[in-house]
Amino acid sequence: MKCRRCRAPAVIDIRRHNAAFCTDCFVHHCREQVRRTIDHFHMIEPGERVLVAVSGGKDSLGLWALLRELGYDADGLYVGLGIGEYSDSSGQYARDFANARGWKLLEVDLPAEYGFDVPEGSRAAKRAPCSACGLSKRHLFNAAALSHGYDVLATGHNLDDEAAVLFGNVLRWETGYLGRQHPVLPAAPGFARKVKPLVRLGERELAAYCVLTGIDYIIEECPMAVGNRHLGYKEVLNALEERSPGSKASFVSRFWDNAHARFAEDAAEERDDLAPCTECGAPTPSEVCAFCRLRARAGARHIPLTEVQLTEELR
Amino acid sequence: MKVVLRNPRRELDVPAPRTVEHLLRDLDVLPESVLVIRNDTLVTRDEPLVEADVVELRPVVSGGSG
Repeated sequence: MKCRRCRAPAVIDIRRHNAAFCTDCFVHHCREQVRRTIDHFHMIEPGERVLVAVSGGKDSLGLWALLRELGYDADGLYVGLGIGEYSDSSGQYARDFANARGWKLLEVDLPAEYGFDVPEGSRAAKRAPCSACGLSKRHLFNAAALSHGYDVLATGHNLDDEAAVLFGNVLRWETGYLGRQHPVLPAAPGFARKVKPLVRLGERELAAYCVLTGIDYIIEECPMAVGNRHLGYKEVLNALEERSPGSKASFVSRFWDNAHARFAEDAAEERDDLAPCTECGAPTPSEVCAFCRLRARAGARHIPLTEVQLTEELR
Repeated sequence: MKVVLRNPRRELDVPAPRTVEHLLRDLDVLPESVLVIRNDTLVTRDEPLVEADVVELRPVVSGGSG
């Protein structure tokens, strides 16, 4: 195959674009997709400070690199979740990446700073591990963005993630979740603005971007995620994509264009019902937020949000 | 040729020649779910593979939602 832009030998083909690219043109393609997404959804204004949630994986490290290439003032945040060797290894990938480039990486360690880890929290709360993990990360990412004065919190959710989440939300007609599923969630009292600049790039493209630009990322899958529902949805969607290239992109983009607004009211009503958590002050529909309940069930000590200790390292 | 799979890491000996597309089909691997890396270089689906090649099928599907 030849590169669509320059006719040099291609290194990757992307069927939904009916195109193949050489290394340089593929990197240009990724950068352009992210730039257009940020502009289209008005994600980040010039001069704003961005905090990128990094896990040591291909999506988040790729996002951080792409935002920096596009000229954004972006720092990283790594949350240690206490998932044994996997967390040790993923944290090291994030640190090595930041160190090699001299970029600022903030760190929060769930076991050290909140007294429980994801496996303990999952068992104590009788929640699926990925549920306890996602809940903890959302809470800690938001808290760190607010407490450090960042304008925007950016996450590495890609096209495949969005398609799988949309698939799950539609299967159960979760109207509140559908109303909140958007590339930008505006800032609100107690919430930082959240953006997903990778929603037009598939995870295969992100992995290729990392390989081709020399980003060393953790390839091993999280042991807690094996066999989870999200992976099952991705398998179904990839089988569909093989038969009909472009299905995932069409599913997601037409949802945003044609259907998202119909569910936005449900999400707004849920947000109107939020009040500060009596333990930590984070917005919650209950007296005590889900993160503080999880922490209490895991038998962990109480640490108010105002006392969150973030380890800031300029590497 | 030698084919290296991940998660868990294992190796297979697969007869060559065949294209990347045929290799994936024969191993029942969805093309959207992997990168194909031959001798440390990415290759496209139409690329022919020969007996001396070492081919990594690197999974790209993550279990978390970001």
